Amino acid sequence: MMQITLKLNGKNVTAEVAPDMALLDFVRDHGCYSVKRGCETSNCGLCTVLMDGKPVLSCSTLAARADGHEVVTMEGCQAEAEEFGAFLADQGAEQCGYCSPGFIMNVLAMCKEMDDPTDDEIREYLSGNLCRCSGYEGQLRAIHAYLDYKKGAK
Amino acid sequence: MFTIREYVKVSSLEEAYELNQKKANVVFGGGVWLRLGRKNIQTAIDLSGLGLDEITEDEKEFSVGCMVSLRQLETHKGIDAYTKGAVKESLRHIVGVQMRNCATVGGSIYGRFGFSDILCCLLGLDCDVELYKQGRMSLADFAKMKKDNDILVRVIIKKTPLETVYLSQRNTETDFPVVSCAVTKDAEGYYAVIGARPCQPVVVRDSEGILAKAEVTAEDMAAFASKVQNSMDFADNTRCSGAYRRHVAGVLVKRGLKQLMGGDK
Repeated sequence: MMQITLKLNGKNVTAEVAPDMALLDFVRDHGCYSVKRGCETSNCGLCTVLMDGKPVLSCSTLAARADGHEVVTMEGCQAEAEEFGAFLADQGAEQCGYCSPGFIMNVLAMCKEMDDPTDDEIREYLSGNLCRCSGYEGQLRAIHAYLDYKKGAK
Repeated sequence: MFTIREYVKVSSLEEAYELNQKKANVVFGGGVWLRLGRKNIQTAIDLSGLGLDEITEDEKEFSVGCMVSLRQLETHKGIDAYTKGAVKESLRHIVGVQMRNCATVGGSIYGRFGFSDILCCLLGLDCDVELYKQGRMSLADFAKMKKDNDILVRVIIKKTPLETVYLSQRNTETDFPVVSCAVTKDAEGYYAVIGARPCQPVVVRDSEGILAKAEVTAEDMAAFASKVQNSMDFADNTRCSGAYRRHVAGVLVKRGLKQLMGGDK
């Protein structure tokens, strides 16, 4: 076992972890159940969290690597997540909803990185988030509506 | 999934090197590829505290630390400008942004994987690697070396005057490439790099001067593509047959040449 200290959703957390513990298991053990276990082969994006503001796959990141860093899950950005989630709902862009937390985290990361992404840029940025229900078009409409709303709010 | 008994964030390259002399110990980059295996790791060696997660630039070269993520490399404005988008093109199809934020340049290059887009692309540029004990050597020589217990410290992209285009063929977007291809024109002429054969990339230079003409015709391009196709072995795997790979390699070389010569965007 080894000790790590990180900031999880704004709170300092110190814990003993196994050296091979995935960040996914760590955040779920600390009550962040929005973070879902999916493919575990780095393909589906369900387990996306932000580490130092950048989207990473928590299934492929060791908890040990998060030592000294800041990790944000959907529980840590609930207001923003709900705001975008409403646009997803408006477009009927989710069915089972299992991919939504990872998808929303990556959309929020994209919006911080790009001001006015094109359709191709959006598709490319989100190509690591798989959804087996929606066909992605509704999600794309939701993102455009959300970006328009954010521009209007500025 | 691997198991790790001990995790050491080293404070020097010497410490990392000493730990890495044990066969059961592993230098841990992003861990994305490692986690797909079942290796029992005694000590995972973490280099993330050594400041090797930066790209620096001077008038002669870019120095890319081994802990730089693929995403950092993809979005580096200087490298993008120097390579005219070739490096970005070689990275943007790899799974997704989140995965590219995890995977490191060191892990991708040290592994010398046949499927590696970035290894193929960098072989199309003038690159060196810096190893902790063996020092600096060309990436082409490093790619041919048997894996040992040295530490890959950084990759150096030299600002040699050349032009490169990178192309790949995938069965589905974000999957591994079934063929990767870099086509380059430098002071000595043209050369092509073909990877994902599915083995390691092979460099084929136009040593006969097939393309060394003022007016290069479609037949000349086809002749060079044919030379490339016949200069290496292609093998079958679950993604496609060797015969398909050979055919696609020829197509990509011709497309790359057209792009370099300004005839095909």
